[in-house]
Amino acid sequence: MSRRLVLTLILCCLFVGLALPAQAQEDCNDEFGCVVLGPDDPVSLGAMLVVSGAVSYLGEDSLGGIELAILNRDGELLEREIELIVEDSLCTAEGGQTAAQRLSANETIVGVIGTNCSSAAQGAMPIISSAGMVMIAPSNTSPSLTNEDIDAGGSHLPGYFRTSHNGLMEGMRNAEFATRSLDAGTIATIHDGDPYTEGLARVVADTFADLGGSVVFEGAVNKGDTDMASILTEIAVHSPDVIYLPLFEPEANFFIAQMSHIAGLENTAVIGGGASFVAGFPENTGESAIGVYISGPLVSGGAYDELLATWDEEIGGTPPGGYHAHAYDATNILLNAVAAVAEERDDGSLVIGRKAIRDAVEATEDYPGLTGDLTCQELSPFAGDCATGAALAMFVVTEAEVYEDNWPPPVAWNFAAETGG
Amino acid sequence: MFKWRSDDFSWVDFIIDVLRVLIVLGVVIGAWNTLSSGRISFAQWVNLFAAGLSQGSIYALIALGYTLVYGILLMINFAHGEVFMAGAFSTVFLAEALNRTGFLNDQPLLAILLMIAFAGLVSMSVAILLERLAYRPLRGSPRLVPLITAIGASFFLQYTFRGLYGSGFKAYPGVKALQGVIKIGAINIPVVQVFVFCAALLLMLCLYWLVERTRVGKAMRAVSENKEVARLMGIDIDWVIMFTFGVGGFLAGSAGVINGLFRPQGVNFYMGFIPGIKAFTAAVLGGIGNIPGAMLGGLFLGVIEAIGPNLVLAGLGIPGANQLKDVIAFTMLVLVLIFRPQGILGERLSETKA
Repeated sequence: MSRRLVLTLILCCLFVGLALPAQAQEDCNDEFGCVVLGPDDPVSLGAMLVVSGAVSYLGEDSLGGIELAILNRDGELLEREIELIVEDSLCTAEGGQTAAQRLSANETIVGVIGTNCSSAAQGAMPIISSAGMVMIAPSNTSPSLTNEDIDAGGSHLPGYFRTSHNGLMEGMRNAEFATRSLDAGTIATIHDGDPYTEGLARVVADTFADLGGSVVFEGAVNKGDTDMASILTEIAVHSPDVIYLPLFEPEANFFIAQMSHIAGLENTAVIGGGASFVAGFPENTGESAIGVYISGPLVSGGAYDELLATWDEEIGGTPPGGYHAHAYDATNILLNAVAAVAEERDDGSLVIGRKAIRDAVEATEDYPGLTGDLTCQELSPFAGDCATGAALAMFVVTEAEVYEDNWPPPVAWNFAAETGG
Repeated sequence: MFKWRSDDFSWVDFIIDVLRVLIVLGVVIGAWNTLSSGRISFAQWVNLFAAGLSQGSIYALIALGYTLVYGILLMINFAHGEVFMAGAFSTVFLAEALNRTGFLNDQPLLAILLMIAFAGLVSMSVAILLERLAYRPLRGSPRLVPLITAIGASFFLQYTFRGLYGSGFKAYPGVKALQGVIKIGAINIPVVQVFVFCAALLLMLCLYWLVERTRVGKAMRAVSENKEVARLMGIDIDWVIMFTFGVGGFLAGSAGVINGLFRPQGVNFYMGFIPGIKAFTAAVLGGIGNIPGAMLGGLFLGVIEAIGPNLVLAGLGIPGANQLKDVIAFTMLVLVLIFRPQGILGERLSETKA
């Protein structure tokens, strides 16, 4: 074969390759471009979850929620198979960035569920936003992610949404619980440097001070620390009424278990954040967990019970975390938005505008999810927040959770009921 | 110590010396400020010291695995943290079963011995397989090759165990006999901390006896000195190396159970990563390749981690002192290496060994 013939063939291939998408995009009037699917192409959904590392149970929890939401539609949307593409976003900004780059490079993906960790969202958001895509996070709570004010530490960009509650809501309500229900006058807050834990600790400390309390210690541990004697000794010097501890497992377990060895903390109450709202947390912490308060999502009702039954049937056992229902709702919001804006052409192809998807998600109002009625907000500092915080409660760990596998623990304070919200 | 005489003045030496002085000054001023403020009582210092000693005992047991392998093969087995995890993670299920039947609290000593034996065997098997399948085929390759293989093996083991046992956290059940405290005046030392220290010390003494007083120990020392001469003396080099990996693995598995009794929480596939790095640091601190050095390095690191943040950093008014615990530990490492590059008890390595 002559060189000229080979060259001609290559050019022809290139021309055909370039011309086909261009032809498909011709029908696209969307500002950000369109996802164009052939007659037999599946609808591809991306997911950025913690697949590896110490907190990969969070990823498993969300993945189960996403899979069950897809299963609930018999695995189809607009009579096409739903394909799920999962990338590991780890629990770091770099992990989120890498996962977002991989997913945004795939032109068939209609939207993304994730990330799990706020730190990963900070890395992923600029890429997803600039690609004209949407990401709906099931378990990010850092207030900075929905705040557009850069001077105030905000990092929100268009295209970011979440079905988990804003840390501002959780932090404020936790501080209210400490002052009003526990009658605490002094508090110590601990974080681990993660935007999630640091943000919550900050909000709790500020709100607690606004409510007339005194913040006697603000400290931090490292992820991976097992020996908490040093920081506990420092806290004992201040003898706070309450320790606010929004840490993840296993640092939260180590902290609470080692408190009993430290003199001066016998009467100090502990309030944990949503990161400790995990079925295995009381059992893994042991006896010391009894009496610990944990703030977490209060998800209940027949539909949720049905989800748990399906989980047991399809995946096995119980969900490993507390945000699977949020992932379920996030998936449904995204798929509903895609279904609402997709346009089928005469040739059987499907054209889905990226901005149209974003607008449709943003227009979500009173969506009856498992985690409550969800309305996605537009204005900072709640831009992209779809949860109202109504599904938040303070739980208290009892012997039943430590020794008898009971989950979730009894509610000690229902924020919606107490605040009328 | 100071090398900046006018005839051979070097800016690098000068900066290192200034750094030395600054670090020592920082430590002294921080400690003085903390101790003179009386913020932390004597009993609290003793408690911190005891907790550090127990944590250090566990580092020391793991560090022995690094040092044994380095001593004999001059390689850093970065998968050793995962060997520790393998024993600890596997044995948590045995501990749960023993707890359910009541055996753990009825016969605590027997149950703990059983757990240590099981964890030791699991870790030993993993270590031997690692040596046989991953490292032996690469013997004689450039030193970077087994090092990279070790890192790969580390990930492989993590995710194999995650596949076997899941990604959730598990915890060792509490042993009633180890609960409670020993009271000495105002000082309360938890019984479990005394147990951990004694158990680790016993295992370390057993290792010392094995290496110094037995034929196989003599063979290990001979292989460590010169493999070719040892081979000429009729020593089966491959077997001795495999035995060394096995011994290091057994100690790591035992450390896993002792760690589980001391800090029952946080058992999962990732649990070996941080202790592995800390134990490696301890081995370098004590003088890698030196058995008593690894023991001392582990204890030293544990104690420094426990008391350092409150003693030095808080005294210097540094916020978030406890989050900088690792900074203290690694600064100590740098400090020791600046003043004594071979580690606390290490011998100066020849060019071929270094």
